[in-house]
Amino acid sequence: MTAVTIGNPAGLHARPAVKLTLLAKRFAGHVELALAEDGPWIDAKSVAQVMALRAAHGATLHLRGEDAAVAALAALVRRGFDDAGG
Amino acid sequence: MSGRVGIVIVSHSADVARGAADMVRQMVGPEVKLAHCGGAPGGGLGTDVAAILAAIGAAWSAAGVAILFDLGGAETNSEMAIELLPAERRGRVAICRAPVVEGAVIASVEAAGGATLAEVRAAAEALSA
Repeated sequence: MTAVTIGNPAGLHARPAVKLTLLAKRFAGHVELALAEDGPWIDAKSVAQVMALRAAHGATLHLRGEDAAVAALAALVRRGFDDAGG
Repeated sequence: MSGRVGIVIVSHSADVARGAADMVRQMVGPEVKLAHCGGAPGGGLGTDVAAILAAIGAAWSAAGVAILFDLGGAETNSEMAIELLPAERRGRVAICRAPVVEGAVIASVEAAGGATLAEVRAAAEALSA
């Protein structure tokens, strides 16, 4: 399991959530997100679920699942979703 | 792959249709074809079969088109527009019973992710399940 802090101002909302979902969809394996180590865990490939997470700026996002997917998603979050507007 | 599913947004209000389309466009890139139409032909609130038909054509994709609408009249007119399509296209347009703005965003993200028309529709309709 990997944990990353959400640094961008908007948090895991709208465009960042979409970017995360679309990246997750590129991996065959399963990858899940949660705001706490014991869950509830949601499917990173479902944009509705990711947006419903309402993970705010500064929140710790826990990821688990296919290693390559977890690494890629964690990197995206660390990069602030490559989004100046955030 | 036959490309991404196209998205059509239909509203009684031209402003709502345009605003929803702006939000979708901010979320997904150009790989998802998007068209919107709203308002009555002469201006004011309403929907127009010809405008919907044109929007379906503009957003057409071999993978099909998903229509998101706000209220009943938009659905009825969308159904009429589909009936006016060439036979081989009729079966590849899905009207999604979902909130128009959230549904359009969810549908377009699923489409951007390469989902089929059925998957796009299911994801949008799950919002109002």
